[in-house]
Order: sequence, then C-alpha cells, then structure tokens
Amino acid sequence: MTELDHIRNFSIVAHIDHGKSTLADRLIQETKTVADRDMKAQLLDSMDIERERGITIKANTVRIDYVAQNGEKYVLNLIDTPGHVDFAYEVSRSMRAVEGSLLVVDSTQGVEAQTLANVYQAIDADHEIVPILNKIDLPASECDRVAEQIEDVIGIDASNAIRVSAKAGIGIVDTLEAIVHRLPAPKGDRNAPLKAMLVDSWYDSYLGVVVMIRVMDGVIRKGDRIKMMQTGAVYGVDTLAVLKPQMVAIAELGPGEIGVFTASIKQVRDTKVGDTITHEKKGCEKPLPGFKPSIPVVFCGLFPVDANDFDDLRDAIEKLALNDASFTYEMETSAALGFGFRCGFLGLLHLEVIRDRLEREYDIDLITTAPSVVYHLYMKDGELRELHNPADMPDLTYVSHIEEPRIKATILVPDEYLGDVLKLCQDRRGIQLDLTYAGSRAMVVYDLPLNEVVFDFYDRLKSVTKGYASFDYQLTGYREDNLVKMSILVNDEPVDALSMMVHRERAEMRGRAMVEKLKDLIPRHMFKIPIQAAIGGKVIARETLSALRKDVTAKCYGGDATRKRKLLDKQKAGKKKMRQFGKVEIPQEAFISALKMDG
Amino acid sequence: MPSASLLPVALPEDWENGGFALYIHWPFCQAKCPYCDFNSHVTANIDQARWQRAYLAEIDRVAGLTPGRVLRSVFFGGGTPSLMHPDLVAAIIERIRRSWPTSNSFEVTLEANPTSVEAGRFAGYRDAGVNRISMGIQALNDHDLKALGRLHSAAEALKAFETARSLFDRVSFDLIYARQDQSLSAWREELTRALSLAVDHLSLYQLTIEDGTAFGARAAAGKLRGLPDEDLAADLYEATQELCENAGFPAYEVSNHAKTGAQSLHNRVYWEYGDYAGIGPGAHGRLTLGGIRYATDTPHLPGAWLERAETQGSGELSSEALTSEDQFSEFLLMGLRLREGVVLARLDSLKPVEFEMNYNGLIESGHLEIEAGRLRTSALGRPVLNAVLREILGA
Ligand SMILES: Nc1nc2c(ncn2[C@@H]2O[C@H](COP(=O)(O)OP(=O)(O)OP(=O)(O)O)[C@@H](O)[C@H]2O)c(=O)[nH]1
Ligand SMILES: C[S@@+](CC[C@H](N)C(=O)[O-])C[C@H]1O[C@@H](n2cnc3c(N)ncnc32)[C@H](O)[C@@H]1O
Ligand code: SF4
Ligand SMILES: [Mg+2]
Repeated sequence: MTELDHIRNFSIVAHIDHGKSTLADRLIQETKTVADRDMKAQLLDSMDIERERGITIKANTVRIDYVAQNGEKYVLNLIDTPGHVDFAYEVSRSMRAVEGSLLVVDSTQGVEAQTLANVYQAIDADHEIVPILNKIDLPASECDRVAEQIEDVIGIDASNAIRVSAKAGIGIVDTLEAIVHRLPAPKGDRNAPLKAMLVDSWYDSYLGVVVMIRVMDGVIRKGDRIKMMQTGAVYGVDTLAVLKPQMVAIAELGPGEIGVFTASIKQVRDTKVGDTITHEKKGCEKPLPGFKPSIPVVFCGLFPVDANDFDDLRDAIEKLALNDASFTYEMETSAALGFGFRCGFLGLLHLEVIRDRLEREYDIDLITTAPSVVYHLYMKDGELRELHNPADMPDLTYVSHIEEPRIKATILVPDEYLGDVLKLCQDRRGIQLDLTYAGSRAMVVYDLPLNEVVFDFYDRLKSVTKGYASFDYQLTGYREDNLVKMSILVNDEPVDALSMMVHRERAEMRGRAMVEKLKDLIPRHMFKIPIQAAIGGKVIARETLSALRKDVTAKCYGGDATRKRKLLDKQKAGKKKMRQFGKVEIPQEAFISALKMDG
Repeated sequence: MPSASLLPVALPEDWENGGFALYIHWPFCQAKCPYCDFNSHVTANIDQARWQRAYLAEIDRVAGLTPGRVLRSVFFGGGTPSLMHPDLVAAIIERIRRSWPTSNSFEVTLEANPTSVEAGRFAGYRDAGVNRISMGIQALNDHDLKALGRLHSAAEALKAFETARSLFDRVSFDLIYARQDQSLSAWREELTRALSLAVDHLSLYQLTIEDGTAFGARAAAGKLRGLPDEDLAADLYEATQELCENAGFPAYEVSNHAKTGAQSLHNRVYWEYGDYAGIGPGAHGRLTLGGIRYATDTPHLPGAWLERAETQGSGELSSEALTSEDQFSEFLLMGLRLREGVVLARLDSLKPVEFEMNYNGLIESGHLEIEAGRLRTSALGRPVLNAVLREILGA
C-alpha cells in the first residue's frame, strides 16, 4: 500500500502516431520497470495486430516505481491510450481512472484533430495537463511554433511544455519529474467502504476474465467478497495484482491505486465498464456515476466465403467477442450469401481489425458486405424501428419517414488544401458549422451524415490533402432526410448484399458509380450481363458487361495436356469458394471495392 | 478346334482412335527468346555423339514397350532441333524405322529456326529422312523480330524458307501475333503477305505472356506495354480466321491452318488423344500399357536427362496412371481444339459413370454444335474454349 501523496496516475494522450507508446517505452525503461533485455519498441502494444499496424488499439496500463530527484519514492500508474478516433471510448474511460494527462504533440506536425478531441476530454475529466513536445530529434521539429499553437488553439499554457525525443530518450527525466511535481496526487479515504471503478476487463486464456480497477475509497484484498453494483453480481477475489506490465501479485490495493483482479468471471460481457465495485457486506452507498456504454455505429455483414465454414466463423466470432465487448453480432441470412453474421463496430478501423483477426487468427475467408449505419424508421403505425441492414428495409408504404445519424466532424488542414476539403464535405451532404484559422492551418467543423463518412471519407480526405489533414468526429443525433434504398441487380437478379441506403438526390450518382465499378470488378462471362441500380422498381443506372470474347490458350501440344488439366482441376476446387448469383460469379473483393467512391 | 467366333478378340483400345507418334526433344538454342517457356537452354559445348547414344537407347526402350505399333509420325521439337547435326538426325530416324512399322503417310517433322547457318543443314535433314519442316519465322518485319528477341532478320528468314521449299514438299511456318503495339490493320497486311508465301500449312499463335520468362517478369512489373486488350485480341483472332479461310487455309485447330490434306499428322495425334512417346529432356508422353494410360515425364535439365538415360536404363522420371476423370478431361480439352471436335461415341465411352455432363446450355447459347455424331465448338465457342471447358467440366 502506498500513501496517497506518493501516487501519481496519468494517461498519455495524443493524436495518432505522435509518439505516446514510444514515450511510455522510455518511462518504463528509465525507471527499470522492465529489464533492458526484455524491452522492445511499443512494448505495451501487445496484440499482433497492434504490432503489425504500429498503432495502439487497446489502452494499456503499467505501474512504475520512481525515485524522484528529491529522494522520495513514487508509484506512477501510466495508461497509454489509442490515438485513432474509433477507439476514443478507450481514452475517455481511461481518463476517469486518473488525475492527469501527458498531452503529447509531435513537434514536427503540431496540433491535430485528435489532439483537440483528447484534450477536451481531459479538461472535462478535470485533469491537470502537462504538454509534451515530442520528436525534437527531427530536423523538422518546430517547438516554438507548436507551443504557440497549443496556446492559441487549445488555450492551455505551453510555456513550460517539456521538450522530448521519445525515440532518442531526451527529456525523459524531466517528464518523470513533471509527473511527480505538476500532476496532483489522488484523493480518497482508506477507512471508507470500498469504492472502486471498473476501468477495463479482458479475457486471458489462463486466468479467465481479468478486471482492471481504480480504487477510490477503502481497501480491496485477496479473498474479499465483492459486488458489482450495476449488475448485482457477487464474486470472491481470487487474485489481486498490479501490472508491471505483467501481473505481479499484491496483498491489497488502497485509495488511488490501480490494479487488476480475477474472480472466476466467465465472460467479459459480465463486467460493465464504469461499474462500481464494493464489498458484498458493508458496501458503499452511492455508486460512481458510470460511463455511457460504447455503441456500435457501423454495421456490416460477415459471411464465410465457403459456406461450410459457418460453424467455424461462429466459434471465432464468439471467441473474439469474449474479449471485445464493444463489438456486437447477430446471425443473418442473405439470399445471395447464405448464413453469416451482422456485426456492429465502433468505426471502420475497428471493423477492419476484427475482420483481419477473423481471417488470420482463425483462418476463415470472409465476404464483407457494404458497411451501413443505423437508421431510424418511423412507421406509419407509430412504431420506431432500427434498421441495421438495408436488406431489411420494409415496404415504403408502411414508413412515415426515415432518420439518419449525424456527426460533428472536426478537420484540421493546411490552408492550401482547404478548398478540396470543403468540396469533399459539401459533396457528402455536409453543413459547415465553423471555420477558423490557427496560423496556416484551418480548422473546419462540419455537420455530416454518418453514412457519408462511414465508407471511405477518411481515405478520400487523406488523398485530397496528401495526408496532411486530421479528422475527428462525435455522434450528435438523428435527423430526417430523403433516404431511399438502392438495390443492385446483376443479370436481373437483386444482390441483397450490395443494397444500400442513399440520399435520394445522390442516388443517381452513387448508382452510376456502383454499376461502373461492378462492370470492372466482375469478370466477363460467356453471355452479356446487365448491371443495374434501382430504387423500388425504377432503374436509375445501367451498364452492360459484354460477353467474354477470347480466352483460348494459343498453344496446346503433347506436353501441355497435363498442365492444362491441372489448371482445370484447380479451377474446379476454386469454384467451390466462389459465390454464384444466378448464373453469375461475383468475386469477393467486389463487395467492398464497388462501394468506394472516387469523388 | 474352337470356332473362330470364340477366339479372344482384343477390343481396340482408346488410344488407337488417335494413333501412335514419337516426340524427340532437343533442348538447346542459340539464345533464349524473351517470350519462350519451352524447355530450352543455351550451352556452348554439346557432345552430339553422347546425345545420340542416349536418344538411341531411349528409342530402344520405348520400342520394347510398344512392339508392333504402327508409327504415324516423328517430331523433332525444341529448343532448336535445327542445331542438331544431320548425322544425329539420320541415326535417330534410322533407328526408329528399324523399331516400328510406319504408316503409309509416315510424317517426319523437324522444327527449324530460319537463320542462314541452319538453312545450310536442310539438305542433310532431307537426306536423313525428314519430310516436313516447321519454321519459326514469327514476324515478317525486322522491328518486331527484334522486339521478340529473334536472331534472324525478315530477309534471312525468307531466304531460309526458300531453301526449305526447294528441298521439301511440306513446309510450314509459325508466326506470333497480338504483339506489342500491333494494330489490326498491320496484322492483316502481314498475314496477307504470309498467306501469299505459305505452302500448305501455317501456325499462327497469339503471343502468350508466360510466367518464368523475361516477358512474364516485365509484365508483372507493369513494364510490358502495348499488348492488346481482350477486344483487340478477339478482333485479331477473327481477322485471322477470315483471311486464312478466304485464302484456302482454314483453321483445323485453334492456331493451326492448312490446305486440304496438309494438316500436321503429328499434332493431330495429340489432339485426337492418341498415344505418344516423349524422348528427351522435359518430353511428356501418353502411353497405354496393359490397358492403363500413363502420363510420362522426364527430367527437364539436359544434363539430368542424359545422365538418367545413360545410367538408369531409362530417361523417364515419372509415369503416372491417369484416372478416368483425368483421361476424360484431357480428351475433351485436346479434342475440342480441333475444328471437327470430338466423336460423341468416344466421349461417352470415356466419360466416368458418375460424371454428369451437361453441354445442352452451351448448345442453346450457340457455343457448341453437334453434327454427324461429333461435338464441336462453333465459331462463337472456339475463341472462348477455356470458358466452355470450365462449363462442361464444372470448373
Ligand atoms: N524521430 C522520432 N520518432 C518518434 C519519436 N517518438 C515516436 N516516434 C515514431 O513515431 C511513430 C509512432 O510512434 P508511436 O509511439 O507508436 O505513436 P502512438 O502515438 O502511440 O500511436 P497510436 O497509438 O497509433 O496513436 C513510430 O514510428 C515511432 O518510432 C521521436 O521522439 N522521434
Ligand atoms: C518450340 S517453339 C520454337 C521453335 C523454334 N525454336 C523457333 O523458335 O522457331 C514453337 C513455336 O511456339 C510459338 N511460341 C513459343 N512461345 C510462344 C509464346 N509465348 N506465345 C505464342 N507463341 C509462342 C512460336 O511461334 C514458336 O515458333
Ligand atoms: S522460341 Fe525457339 S529459339 Fe526461342 S528460346 Fe524458344 S525454343 Fe529457343
Ligand atoms: Mg500507441
């Protein structure tokens, strides 16, 4: 147990890639928390997919012992957070567990959209903020300009920002000293009933569900009977530990401390992030306010390419869901694709990550259908229905009106690309809310329909700004609009997996783009294939894929018979994996590629 | 004494419908052409006497397996067989003639490259018993010959061709079309000229980009420009059919054209799914022995084959018994290349019992036709034969 005034809890927040995880590495190394020989870059990014993509997806905690220059020994709890907007929820709940934040800003880039988003969350959580100017080893580093920008755009004092190179290990001790001297100690009452916040939980194949807590008041010990106040469930604490970053058992955790316990909990779903944990007997009276649960905003269908893999897919999805409560799934059947699952995600990166893991860790080939948002259908009989899948759209005669989710998007962009960004937002049915400047960078705020952003907005934004724009968004609410379901017919057969909701005025354009794309994506067959986009019974765009004209092998003599036969055998085996729509074979990649818009 | 009707009568075996031929592979070339994926190698010193011993030993071995069969044809292919010494060719032909009875129209073809040096050996080949020459002219203009990496000029090729014509009754030549930046009109002109030169047979191949060749690597790197798209390739193919047809050289196979009576007997053995023995490095064969049809293979590297043939008593590397499915696929994929198609009765007899063949849709769509007991591709179906085969075979 550590005295409150010798504890400091903080998160590291920043825009994606500004160096949070690298800074965490240096703090861990400087304090000898991990032996040098066990060190590796972005140590806390332990998932394969994090290491491969070089990004943080899950917030990670580590406890550090630090002997400060004043000779006192401090316990520091560090939470490294993800930078990508899809995982903003991880950041917000991490912040509830700590009192201060290190705001890392890449001094070669300056303030970006997630810098802003994160800093506002930190201010909301009443954090003390220590600005860090990172990457000063790079020639393009401009500390003075970026410090000024932090003051102008964010409005916090940056005069004593710490200049750091997380990579080269410059300014690390200064950072540790600032943590001790500039961040506040936690408060709490050791003698009050136990009150701890459930910050996170995950599934460990040896230990079962591991629950991370921040103790506010009271003390938790191994063997205690504890109660989760929201769910009412009662458990016995099997093990109690702190993360360094591997688990190290500890006898007790007192106020201000962060640690983990296991308690024979079966599923991550049985634990509610933000829940209050207290003792079964003599518990605290008032729970903590709790968090709003994360809600999936993007939905898509995942189908096995080979229908025989359905059971494997179900097992794999269930296993993944054990560890990621933010992702939802339900069974779905598609006329075209057979059995699969309709899954909900926090955003597109989240979708990609889950799909990648299913394909790689579980070795299942997947067809991913068009991502869609959740529409609200107001039925004529007064009922409100949620539409997760355009294929489920009821007959329009029963629908009074349709509402779609809207977001507030904040984009920071160098002046020279502003025009392109405004055009992009305008094209996507955006309404400009604000436009301000910070030096040569513009900050635009737009009200946009989420469905226009879900698919490839971020890719387009990156390409029109050569990667110089940053983007963040928040859901703001629902609004009615003139929305219709567009169906795609291939060889006169509707392909349900390609149907989508679109704004009526954009329907022709999207329909045209879709059928043109599909014409390129579907290989020629022996007959010509009409490809149409339609609203109700009305065709709004049409292309014809002409028939195959030539594919015969020019030379085929004695030695070629074997080769040719083996090729046919291979195609025979491959065919089992193809999806047949009537007489037409549509390749897998068509389902995603067809939706990408070029403008 | 048993009556005649009770004597065991051997049923004809399937291969007999196609006949029996011998393929001899010579694996060396002066230089490697950038498009070519044939088993060809460039080597400075070739001990032709040693090769002769190996070839003769192999002929003896194969003859031992197929005694009494009537040999329709021998084909010297490559590589560049016109680099073989005429004495070597003579020795091989002589041994072959001693080993099998030959048919009345026995055909002996040698593939030749049209350089002046090689033309100098043509007379020797004729004296050795070669009666047909197939020449790789490839293009009739120097610019394209250079782009194809050929060592000869158009003028040199035409001179070699004249030499061959003066020595042989049957001379064919090969052209490669659908070349880089080749327009439809340019090909029409070139083909018209080729047809005016042609004796009685022409092989016209669309350029295929093969893996493992210089062109293949360039194409994979996106650096092989000017190749026709599918529509131009189809137009080129159609123009080829039309011009050849009008000039009295109708296609009898996808890429082969001949005047009446001048088709290559050798290649017909392949397409009619007869038996053929393959001798030499990388030579494949189909041999029916004891009622089982085998696919035979030999080592690809010249040295490896030589050594095997000299020390193991057989140049063969592997011999795989073909299943009824394999035979059925091969019969179809070879046979439908012929304009006249396949005999339905034979198709039925080769069809595995459990296999459900359905070509009615293709007949309705006009890709296949049935006439006089034969199933064949139509003018619409032949250019898309791969798709037709996938459809019939369920691939
Ligand atoms: N030159 C230089 N590169 C740095 C420095 N700090 C981090 N980097 C590099 O910047 C990249 C991103 O670093 P990370 O630590 O993964 O960034 P992050 O903020 O954790 O990224 P996310 O978790 O994906 O939001 C890596 O390639 C680091 O090596 C620095 O001080 N100098
Ligand atoms: C065994 S090869 C070559 C014979 C001889 N060595 C020559 O080059 O003339 C037979 C014929 O196949 C054709 N050929 C080879 N590779 C080809 C390719 N990649 N595409 C189209 N035709 C090809 C050429 O017309 C060639 O003449
Ligand atoms: S095309 Fe003929 S000459 Fe050229 S490498 Fe191939 S076999 Fe040899
Ligand atoms: Mg990180």
